[in-house]
Amino acid sequence: MTRFDVIVIGGGPAGMAAALAADAKGAKVLVIERDVRLGGILNQCIHAGFGLHYFGEELTGPEYADRFEKRLAKTGVKVMLGAMALSVGREGEVVVLSPEEGLTHLKAGAVVLAMGCRERTAGAIALAGTRPAGIYTAGMAQKMCNIEGYLVGRRIVILGSGDIGLIMARRMTLEGAHVERVIELMPYSAGLKRNIVQCLEDFGIPIDYSHTVTRVVGKPRMEGLYYAPVDENRKPVLSEEKFIPCDCLLLSVGLIPENDILSGTDIVLSRVTSGAEVDENRMTTVPGVFSCGNVLHVHDLVDNVSHESEIAGAAAAEYALHGAPVTDGNVYAVGVGRGVRYALPQRIHGGEGSVEIFFRTDNVYKNCKVVAECGGRTLWSKKRMIVAPGEMEKIVLDKRDIDGEVTVRLEI
Amino acid sequence: MTKDVIVIGGGIVGCAVVDRLAASRVSVCLLEGGDDVAVGATRANSGIVHAGYDCEPGTLKARFNVRGNAMLWSLVDKLGVPALKCGSLVAAPVGGEAGLAELKRRADLNGVRAEILTREQALEIEPNLAQGIASALYAPDAGVVSPYQLAIAFADRAAVNGVEVITEAPVTAMRKEDGVFVVTTPKGEYRAKTVVNCAGAGASAVNAMVGAETFDTEYRKGEYFVLDHTERVNVSTVIFPLPTAAGKGILVAPTADGNVIYGPTSRPADADDTAVDAEGLDEIRRSVPLTYARPAFNKCIRVYCGVRSAVGGDFIVRPSEKVDGLIITAGICSPGLTSAPAIAEYVEELVGQRTELLPKEDYISSPPRTPRLEELSEDELNALVKKDSRWGRIVCRCEKVTEAEIVAAVHSPVPARTVDAVKRRVRAGMGRCQGGFCSTRVMEIISEELGIPMREIRKGAGHSEIAVLAVKEADYDEI
Amino acid sequence: MKTICINCPMGCPLEITEEDGKITVRGYTCKRGLDYGVSEYTAPVRTVTTLMRTSDGGVVPVKTSRPVPKNRMFDVLERIRTLIAPADADIGCVVEHDILALGADIVVTGRPAPHPNK
Repeated sequence: MTRFDVIVIGGGPAGMAAALAADAKGAKVLVIERDVRLGGILNQCIHAGFGLHYFGEELTGPEYADRFEKRLAKTGVKVMLGAMALSVGREGEVVVLSPEEGLTHLKAGAVVLAMGCRERTAGAIALAGTRPAGIYTAGMAQKMCNIEGYLVGRRIVILGSGDIGLIMARRMTLEGAHVERVIELMPYSAGLKRNIVQCLEDFGIPIDYSHTVTRVVGKPRMEGLYYAPVDENRKPVLSEEKFIPCDCLLLSVGLIPENDILSGTDIVLSRVTSGAEVDENRMTTVPGVFSCGNVLHVHDLVDNVSHESEIAGAAAAEYALHGAPVTDGNVYAVGVGRGVRYALPQRIHGGEGSVEIFFRTDNVYKNCKVVAECGGRTLWSKKRMIVAPGEMEKIVLDKRDIDGEVTVRLEI
Repeated sequence: MTKDVIVIGGGIVGCAVVDRLAASRVSVCLLEGGDDVAVGATRANSGIVHAGYDCEPGTLKARFNVRGNAMLWSLVDKLGVPALKCGSLVAAPVGGEAGLAELKRRADLNGVRAEILTREQALEIEPNLAQGIASALYAPDAGVVSPYQLAIAFADRAAVNGVEVITEAPVTAMRKEDGVFVVTTPKGEYRAKTVVNCAGAGASAVNAMVGAETFDTEYRKGEYFVLDHTERVNVSTVIFPLPTAAGKGILVAPTADGNVIYGPTSRPADADDTAVDAEGLDEIRRSVPLTYARPAFNKCIRVYCGVRSAVGGDFIVRPSEKVDGLIITAGICSPGLTSAPAIAEYVEELVGQRTELLPKEDYISSPPRTPRLEELSEDELNALVKKDSRWGRIVCRCEKVTEAEIVAAVHSPVPARTVDAVKRRVRAGMGRCQGGFCSTRVMEIISEELGIPMREIRKGAGHSEIAVLAVKEADYDEI
Repeated sequence: MKTICINCPMGCPLEITEEDGKITVRGYTCKRGLDYGVSEYTAPVRTVTTLMRTSDGGVVPVKTSRPVPKNRMFDVLERIRTLIAPADADIGCVVEHDILALGADIVVTGRPAPHPNK
């Protein structure tokens, strides 16, 4: 059985950053990537807006990926392409299927999960109506357009105003399609304001908040859809249903960490993030298995993915080469209070130094205060003009201040 | 050239019929209006192999169901079709005892194994029965099968044995000339001495074309939820409520492919109305908790809707009384899937009364079949990868489907030319991402293997192209 | 004109008017909003990212090396439609210098995906 210090599952931004960080610590590293090349979803994100934090300049997705790929090429990190990890077993056994080597059993001192996320589908939201050609996730349409060079519709409606949906509204418009409107269930967009302006407003594409698609019509090709405002329980008000002729509905209705490989393992998943529960090193509840990037929790900036994955990769290498890190023996839970949907990591070890806690709010709040507290003491607080679920927030705590469960909450 | 037999309709019944006839030295042609076989009611039903306890004794339904059940369990083994003999429960609340007793009475008359269980006994078979369930009828011979894979396996074996399977050939007219049927389709005219009408929802219309008897057909639509594989561990058996006049009710069942389904509703509809209605989904949401304690609608990966057609209370399987040489099957609603092998056996007998059916000496009863990845041992898989590296490349990550399986589906005896046809054969795109990740690659494989340009690759029937415009070639005015 | 500020999730609704050469921004909360309002009114610019055909019939992603005036975006796209990138163009390859004399080059930003079986 071939042995590596660190096996990284996934060669997107998370996997590449984790592999580089592990390599820098002196580990023998393998990256398993199912696509024909590294880069993951970045390869299809040809728009600009990546790297402002990490590289201090604005790059497109493929350019951002290329920077990491070039760094990887200068290391001894081994990359398996077209290969899919089928299972992660006890003691770091990874079963992988690849065109070159068939089914192989590999062994690692530590495993980093970096498989990314998938999109919620029409089926997942139980979309009513017919099931014709013309209903796709925004990411599938993005791949068809930016990688394959084809448009999947001429007259398009987009359900959901997540960033991918907004980006695709602009992409399809720039390639000559007509985007009729964007329909958003919530009273606000989960996307960045910049994308609302530069992807919709620039092209006069209307957005209907607090609306949803009620049914799709047409068979075998989509001919249009009905949509309606929703009431306070997010149920459509059918008396106000309206029809739009269109041949394509793109869905941008959420991303889900793709942790399917973990079913049957002892790794505890968070019900809120659908990713693993981790400590500050991004180690899951199974020692030696780490998780980072969108498979851990869905990020809004790839820069944060790279940063997080470097933590995971470095820690995985340390674990593989030197065993579990020395701590003071204490483990403290990180919980959430009012206004906060989740905080990550979910547990931190006692000790020295600082620890970053990332969190997302459960709604849009204006003029609030972010508070982190421990045993009734406020460890950190800051007034904020606005917080929104679409933007991940960060606080930094000094570990020496922590002697019990930490709670992150808002004062609203 | 005049065939011995034309079978109209490539649903489960038509495919089972041609599969039977393929064993004899007769020339047979299957005409299917859709882009593939198994695209009508056969692709959108519950996939239940019914035991046969609820059919009115003495009916064709009772006869074919019981015989079909026995035939089906051996056929799926032979053909390698996913199926699971998991038994079924009819779960009744307090007050439902009389209903169960009536089903048990019918079971005995039909010769079907069934027993009435207390709640405690039933929980041993299905631990997740709802609180309100007091007793249940257990039928150990029931189970589930992949209905479209069964139909495709029939059609493939028939094609291997010389049956001509012609898709996108909807019958537009039919007449009789000098005792020979002339069947018109957009793909041309076909002639045969005998015609078997297996047109399902269109059976009455096909009969009318040639002046045969017509019937009032009642169409009912049924919505379903399909749940993620992760729910499979929570459902051990097929759970029915007590049947009503509208049908067998909304069930909870494992699928042969390892998912779980909730459904169907039973609501009057037009013959082609396969749209999912929100009220239908709501009815399922209300109904499932009455029999099943762990509804998991949040694990839904797909909703769908099928239309079944009924003619009176029983199946119609008989020679036409008005047109000599026409054999009619109609009103094949539930338990039509289970009954199909037995219906086909009987239709074969009817054909045999007109044409001598001599066994084919070179008949291939077990055509070579491409295995599924999960069926292979490690050594078998590695031997395949060594010969063809495409066995090592997973295209559909959710259902673990390799490129080699997809290529084989594209070149199968009844070839998969569309994305949905590939999906029905090998499950690529059937999983939780619903093809979001793999359908572009599936399109490329179809394109490369069959030499069809990407812009002409379709999702399924008719003009269902996916890549509607090429970037930079798009004429802005065209949009 | 009306727009919303993109600097933070607040998304302050801005109204920008001009009278006698004096630009007035209303609706902003912080100075970033004021500056943004003025620049969006006077000289809004955008980086254009799109695809270009390659000499072997494929596509590669391209971008303008710097933002171009917003109202010239579709002119830039029209020009790019007429251009062909070399099939082997690598990231950073300039396909057109100073497109439409707007001071921006058209730069290749990605590579085509290799075929899995070739």
